[in-house]
Amino acid sequence: MELLTPELGLFFWTLVAFLIVLFVLRKFAWKPILNSLGEREKGIADSIAAADNLKKEMSQMKAENEKVMAQAREERAQMLKEAKEMKDRIVNEAKDQAKAEANKIIVDAQQQIQQQKMAALTEVKNEIGTLAVEVAEKILRKSLATAEAQDSYVNMLAEDIKLN
Amino acid sequence: MDFFLNLKLVSLRKISEVKMSCKRLFSLFLLVFALAGTSVSALAQTEATPVASPAAESEAPKEGKGLNISQVIFGHVADAHEWHIFSIGETPVALPLPVIIYHPEKGFSVFSSSKIAEGESYEGYHLDKGGMKEKIVSEDGAKITDLSITKNILAMLVSAVILMLLMTSAAKKYKAAGAMKAPKGFQNALEVCIIFIRDEVAKPNLGHKYKKYLPLLLTIFFFIWINNLFGLFPGGANFTGNIAVTACLALVSFLVMLFSANKHYWGHMFNPPGVPFGIKLLLVPIEIISMFIKPVALTIRLFANMLAGHIIILSVICMIFIFGMLNKYVGIGFIPVSVAFSVFMFMVELLVAAIQAFIFATLTAVFIGQAIEENHSEETGQEYHVNESEIIA
Repeated sequence: MELLTPELGLFFWTLVAFLIVLFVLRKFAWKPILNSLGEREKGIADSIAAADNLKKEMSQMKAENEKVMAQAREERAQMLKEAKEMKDRIVNEAKDQAKAEANKIIVDAQQQIQQQKMAALTEVKNEIGTLAVEVAEKILRKSLATAEAQDSYVNMLAEDIKLN
Repeated sequence: MDFFLNLKLVSLRKISEVKMSCKRLFSLFLLVFALAGTSVSALAQTEATPVASPAAESEAPKEGKGLNISQVIFGHVADAHEWHIFSIGETPVALPLPVIIYHPEKGFSVFSSSKIAEGESYEGYHLDKGGMKEKIVSEDGAKITDLSITKNILAMLVSAVILMLLMTSAAKKYKAAGAMKAPKGFQNALEVCIIFIRDEVAKPNLGHKYKKYLPLLLTIFFFIWINNLFGLFPGGANFTGNIAVTACLALVSFLVMLFSANKHYWGHMFNPPGVPFGIKLLLVPIEIISMFIKPVALTIRLFANMLAGHIIILSVICMIFIFGMLNKYVGIGFIPVSVAFSVFMFMVELLVAAIQAFIFATLTAVFIGQAIEENHSEETGQEYHVNESEIIA
């Protein structure tokens, strides 16, 4: 059992040495080492966090870009659609106008044709009348050239006239 | 102590039985034996000396042929007033160490241990090598205080100085290179250990207050580890396998625990909440005893583990000489087996050196963690359970 009885001298010197080692190491070794370790770990954590932030920002920017692009695309489509509509409208309007104009022109032409036809007809009628009168005159003049023709005609007329 | 020894021997036997069947390992053993031949012979010389020494003869050896194994083994694991390195024939070559003695009447006296090495007396003191441990006694029978720088203390001082130099040089690298530079070489290896202690020992046990106790835990870990490792050198001192040392370290962690204990801890100890009065009468003494058992457990665990390891290695080596006593050729024939065993034990001890340092630091952290624990009623029970099982282990 002698091994189980601690010697005072060894105990004392161990205590002294251990405390000296503790204080020396605490001041000159553990403090700088642990501080450096902490600093490094913090630095690494910060770097990772910064990289993460950057990544997040990048993805945010990318999303924004895409949004803007999509908006632009949509606007372009809208504009194209509007332009097409406008074109169609203009074309249609022009067509309508042209049709109306043409119709008007046709109507006018028909009226004019009618008028001129009427005028020509009237003229022909007048001419035919004049010719008929002239022919009648000529015929009359010829048939009534003799006195007997005149007398017979007067007789005939006189016979028609019945004195009632 | 016997228990630990038996346990280790049994496990050793089992493991070695399995392993001995492995051819590769056997060839490795032979190789190691070939390489370590010189150092073994040196060791053998150290072991052999007590055979011839008159002190061993006078001890009435059990083997009857002049070899007292327990004397040899305990001579190696115990503290000494001089650092015995080896012996040439019958003259020991030893490093004399200062003896410092406080006599209640005569005061301090300091002299070299070589003056009393051979049993002679000096200034009224002489060295009593009778028991397992040697002891300086005053011839006038007074109760003296022995503060000598013994082998263990010198070994500890050397390893403490080396530890401080290593750590401060590593710390300088951090200062020189800046915090954001990747660690290199020894600094890198050290950093792994420091981070391990910080993340696996301090943080889980101490919570957010870990920074305050981290220097203590790191110092305990590295101090024990380096002393364990230096103790494994042939001729090294069995410093951490000495109960005075482990008791001292345990006392430090116990005092830290006591002085950092908060109101919640003392409240739970002297007035456990939610417990009927009758049980309280039973529980409070148990709590108080368990508080004092903690440092005792720390003391004995480290002491017994390191001592047992040393004793096993020495015993295995001594087997050569026990068999050599029977027959010279049997002894020589047993050398490879014995060396293989001791190489294996050295490997195990290298592991144990780190594990015991880690366990000491962890348990210190656990005890301090209990003492500074905030009020979490659910967690308390669970943690207590874990701790109790760890103490048993």
